Amino acid sequence: MNSIIKSILFVLALIAFPAIASINLFTCEPEWKSLADEIGGDQIHSFSATSGLQDPHHIQARPSLIAQVRKADMFICTGADLEIGWLPLLLRRAGNSQLQKGQKGYFMATRYVRILGKPKMIDRSQGDVHAAGNPHIQTNPKNILPVAKALAKRFIEIDPQNASLYQSRLDDFAIRWKAALKRWKKMTRPLKHLPIVVHHASWIYLEDYLKMQQLATLEDKPGIPPTSGHLVSILKHMKVRPAKVIIHAAYQSGKPAQWLADKTQIPAVKLPFTVGGTEAAKDLFGLYDDTFKRLLETVKP
Amino acid sequence: MRHPQGGKHLWLWLIISSGLCLNPILSQAATQAKGHSIAQLKQELNQLKQAYQDKISALEERLEQLEESADEAEERTDNLAVEVSQQSNQQAANTFNPGIGVILNGRFQAISPNNFDFNVPGFFPADEIGPGSSGLSLGESELNLSANVDDKFYASTTLSFGDGAANVEEAYLQTIALPKGLQVKFGRFFSSIGYLASRHTHTDDFAERPLAYEAFLGGQYGDAGVQVSWLAPTDIYWESGTEFYQGDSFPAAGSGHNGSGVYTLYSHIGDDINANQSWRFGLSHLNARVVDRTAIDGSLFSGDSDLTIADFIWKWAPDGNPFIHNAKIQAEYLSRKEKGLFTDPTGLASPLNSQQSGYYVQGIYQFMPQWRVGLRYSRLKADDLLAVFDNSLLDNQGLTPKRTSFMLDWSNSEFSRLRLQYSRDQAGLTDADIWTLQYIAAFGAHGAHSF
Repeated sequence: MNSIIKSILFVLALIAFPAIASINLFTCEPEWKSLADEIGGDQIHSFSATSGLQDPHHIQARPSLIAQVRKADMFICTGADLEIGWLPLLLRRAGNSQLQKGQKGYFMATRYVRILGKPKMIDRSQGDVHAAGNPHIQTNPKNILPVAKALAKRFIEIDPQNASLYQSRLDDFAIRWKAALKRWKKMTRPLKHLPIVVHHASWIYLEDYLKMQQLATLEDKPGIPPTSGHLVSILKHMKVRPAKVIIHAAYQSGKPAQWLADKTQIPAVKLPFTVGGTEAAKDLFGLYDDTFKRLLETVKP
Repeated sequence: MRHPQGGKHLWLWLIISSGLCLNPILSQAATQAKGHSIAQLKQELNQLKQAYQDKISALEERLEQLEESADEAEERTDNLAVEVSQQSNQQAANTFNPGIGVILNGRFQAISPNNFDFNVPGFFPADEIGPGSSGLSLGESELNLSANVDDKFYASTTLSFGDGAANVEEAYLQTIALPKGLQVKFGRFFSSIGYLASRHTHTDDFAERPLAYEAFLGGQYGDAGVQVSWLAPTDIYWESGTEFYQGDSFPAAGSGHNGSGVYTLYSHIGDDINANQSWRFGLSHLNARVVDRTAIDGSLFSGDSDLTIADFIWKWAPDGNPFIHNAKIQAEYLSRKEKGLFTDPTGLASPLNSQQSGYYVQGIYQFMPQWRVGLRYSRLKADDLLAVFDNSLLDNQGLTPKRTSFMLDWSNSEFSRLRLQYSRDQAGLTDADIWTLQYIAAFGAHGAHSF
């Protein structure tokens, strides 16, 4: 009996550790998996808990996720309460001491960028508000580099043997990212100060980057699906002060945006929101290329 | 480090110097124009052009450098702002306060016939089961306090208050920093056997627990004890555990067992099939050493009670995004053997060896955002006993108790839900139609999205 259990455990262990990567990484959202792959290369075995087609607010602590957290040496999540419904539960259920708060394995990206949209009033009558501020930092490409630097530093802390690899990959990424930022700056000039309508208040970092003006959100209150009454009131507003484009994320239903687009002749556009949200958003570079391309195509005079 | 003012000086210099050097070139060209050939004029013009071009590109380069230094300055302010905002985060968050969550759960119920008396023939009844009373009532509302105690422990306390009574539902410490996937929980808590057993009733998809849970566990097993669990380091989720309880709750009774009247064993495995589907399957066992379990009619039971549970749940959502459509199918099979001494209300004691089983199957479908429908069927079976138990509460009276429920619920946000449920209860000698209108609201700390 004992030998059977031993052999079963041995086989399971073989299945469990197939990769020879130095850091087993759990990421909450695909943009951080993409970033970790840029910095860590082959030394990282990364897993993303969500895809670009899922709403990172509404994830359940599925058995498969608990198993992944159990095996991880480190996690990268957005933080600012974005994953509050499921990450604390995953951490508790998996009981992985390396990933608890204060440990090296605990990494929240929002720690390293300027947080916008801290609510003046915290009350759920305002919907599912995030007391810690708006967590959707990945919609501004300028937020990526500070996170990348902090991430490389953390990789080096956890796996000092490969320090030079992480450092050189970070340097290489930084050069490519700065070049891309320059390119996007030129590319997005026609988008500056654009008046827009959004589905959910998940674009304030993009709005900050492009100095766009958000005229309305299709969701009356964050986390509560758009109501017909609210859509009608937006329609009225649009007649007085029209927006140039209506934005929704790939994971959100395009129906409310399309309804408003049909009524107002203002074009609606689906944006990837994160890596994997659209076909072209294969990595972080593709994410912004495709985001800006889609916006530019839509607002073309 | 370059300063933006340096840029301004250069601008001025460029404008002045271009004016100074252009004037002589132009006047020279004008006075000597006649004496020169057109080709020469062209050449001079080209030189002029070149001079302009050089200056323009120098200006452009300078502009770019300026923009870059502006970007750098912006980045520096951003970095400062990050520091400031992180500091204010730390100051603002009152990190020593526990998360406080309140669940309000109430209902209005209409039961026909009016004088419906809930009973399940053949089953030793647990306390507080059945649909309850008609009219308005405060269901099990809860106050939960939870927080990490330190780097080693997490603590949670849940007080429940129904109509006029408050009691401690859970109050436990749980380790968060043991190695190798080990966890220990101690205090008062719900058992992790089965699927529904460890869940608070406000997270259920129906207004009441299925018949099998009511008959075998009195809804769920909560008691003071200790739990040790282990999560295997596998790609597939596999958790096993064991629990030891004092044995103060149904189906055990009384805590006269030196604090170890109940033990359980459980194992759960689960995984994703693809992006759309995931599942979990479990096997559990609960053993209770029962001493003088008492029914309302005065019947007593002492002996061994062995409950085995197989549970299964499957969930579906397109692309794993449950916001618009999602579905789940859930089923549990429970089987119980009880062996010991049964004493009827007259004081007559007989040896008992009983075998009972039950199951429920339910399906839930969200057909549009906020709206779900659900159907559940649950059924019990008590094997026939010797004639000596005829007309006792263990006499199944030739019945197989069952209940069918249909529900429709609407959730304004993930924090509030209204539910309309219809149940056809065929558990006892008289059938009943039960209509329930239920509200569930959660406020305070954000609830956990458990699977």
